[in-house]
Amino acid sequence: MTSATITAQTAAARPRRNVLRLVLTETKFEFLKLLRLPVYSVATLAFPLMFYLLFGSFYGNLEAQGVLASRYMVATFGAAGVLSAALFSFGVGVASERGQGWMRLKRVSPMPPIAYFLAKIGMALLFGALVVVVITAAAFLMHGVRIALLDWLSLLGVLLLGVLPFGALGLAIGYLFGPNSAPVVLNLLYMPMAFASGLWMPITVLPPVVQSVAPYLPTYHYAQLALGTVGATPLGDATRHALVLAGFAAVFLVVAVAAYKRDEGKTYG
Amino acid sequence: MNETYVAQLERVTKRYGPVMALDAVTLRVRAGEVVAVLGPNGAGKTTAVSTLLGLLRPDEGAASLFGTSPDDVAAKVRVGAMLQISGVPPTLTVREHLESFAAYYPRPLRVDDAIAIAGLEQVARRPYGKLSGGQKQRLHFALAMIGDPDLLFLDEPTTGLDVESRRDFWRQVRSFIGDGRTVVLTTHYLEEADALADRIVLLDEGRLIAEGTPAEIKARTAGKVVRAVTSLDPARLAALPGVNRVELVGAATELLTTDAEETVRELLAADRGLTGLEVTGASLEEAFLAITGGRHEAAAAYTEGVPA
Repeated sequence: MTSATITAQTAAARPRRNVLRLVLTETKFEFLKLLRLPVYSVATLAFPLMFYLLFGSFYGNLEAQGVLASRYMVATFGAAGVLSAALFSFGVGVASERGQGWMRLKRVSPMPPIAYFLAKIGMALLFGALVVVVITAAAFLMHGVRIALLDWLSLLGVLLLGVLPFGALGLAIGYLFGPNSAPVVLNLLYMPMAFASGLWMPITVLPPVVQSVAPYLPTYHYAQLALGTVGATPLGDATRHALVLAGFAAVFLVVAVAAYKRDEGKTYG
Repeated sequence: MNETYVAQLERVTKRYGPVMALDAVTLRVRAGEVVAVLGPNGAGKTTAVSTLLGLLRPDEGAASLFGTSPDDVAAKVRVGAMLQISGVPPTLTVREHLESFAAYYPRPLRVDDAIAIAGLEQVARRPYGKLSGGQKQRLHFALAMIGDPDLLFLDEPTTGLDVESRRDFWRQVRSFIGDGRTVVLTTHYLEEADALADRIVLLDEGRLIAEGTPAEIKARTAGKVVRAVTSLDPARLAALPGVNRVELVGAATELLTTDAEETVRELLAADRGLTGLEVTGASLEEAFLAITGGRHEAAAAYTEGVPA
């Protein structure tokens, strides 16, 4: 290269990065990265569907909170799907990427740190929406469950809001635990929470002791909010559920930020 | 901070508990220079690079890139780094990894060009997890290059590669850094520093112990190697003037000496039957041993040309 061309290039305005495009690219690769990881994509997409079909065939015609269980379970397995998408994508992703030093490479790069988190949120939203679509389709095909478009959109909206509290919880776990222990910790949280909050079987058929523990779990309030959108009679006041869930989200975010800071501090020595 | 330096450490000290990783190290890199930071494991090489990249905060002293803080985005867009990492996400392909990193920079290389530079054309669509060790290393190099950096960091870039892959890698680096890029390389292969660098900085136990061109580093020992097939016994050879090391290499004997002429004169006088006489400059391996005083077992391994 001659010095003349170098001067010409330097004189020309240095092209600016398009941050929105950067986040979209990052989201796309984040999505592909996990879609191709069967451990994640099967667990996130296929398990809720499988369980819906299984439990739907056992309990589909029972009534729970004023609606047929086949309808009830669209909301609850949708919730389970978004819950696992958010928890595991943030938790396992962050833990393993920290372990690989991939994070270090990104921190050295001029990537705005927020892009990493926005991409993970975008990816969890995509997976969550996919789960809801798949379960809605299965409910219609297997049990003839019809949900009005507006109701379905509010179901989708409520379910996707769950990415915030549970993504934050996953993030905290991802920063607090290593790549090998994070998946274990996440499963230890996910399975009891999902079960006790009525995400797998309607809460009304669970033993009374489990029902009495449920209100202390964020997932219970999440499920009740989602159930409200498909015509079930919610247990308790919707505003209260929303506030409790927001409270949990705030606590998880604070823990996640503290864990993130601690991790950065560690790397900074 | 002085803007004439592309990368700069000014009396940087970094401790890990009782361990002094860097002890008042000053390193100034000018535009277009290829500097090798050379030393055994634990010498502080990676700490020095991490400090320059803003991954570590110095306890004392200051680090800067292009006259500004290493955290400054204006500096970051001009820097590429090949760090010691165990890997990147395995399910994305070579091309996808490069596309994602290209988006971080205002004026990146074309992804196809980066793939060609790194010699990854045949595996561009292959997921990272299915690449060979050498191919992974080449992708790490391409990721460092994708932003078309003015300053390139290579932190022990060929550790774990076989000799052939290592030489291939040097060829690629040389062809790419030819056009005025600045490079900071850390390595514990003396051959690597000699093959790539204009200037070598020797780091040992967190201290900068020598600095100069590869030729100057060798000259610092003022040493030569005298090689011959002789019937004299090693004790007699060690007593010759200037000789400070005697080594048997097959049928021949090698003497490391600070006064080659005097050594040869006495050697010829003492052994009339001597054959195969050769006098050569000391290698970097020998220079390193001479400068560190051969204190380290790690350093001893250099004479075999293997990593410590």
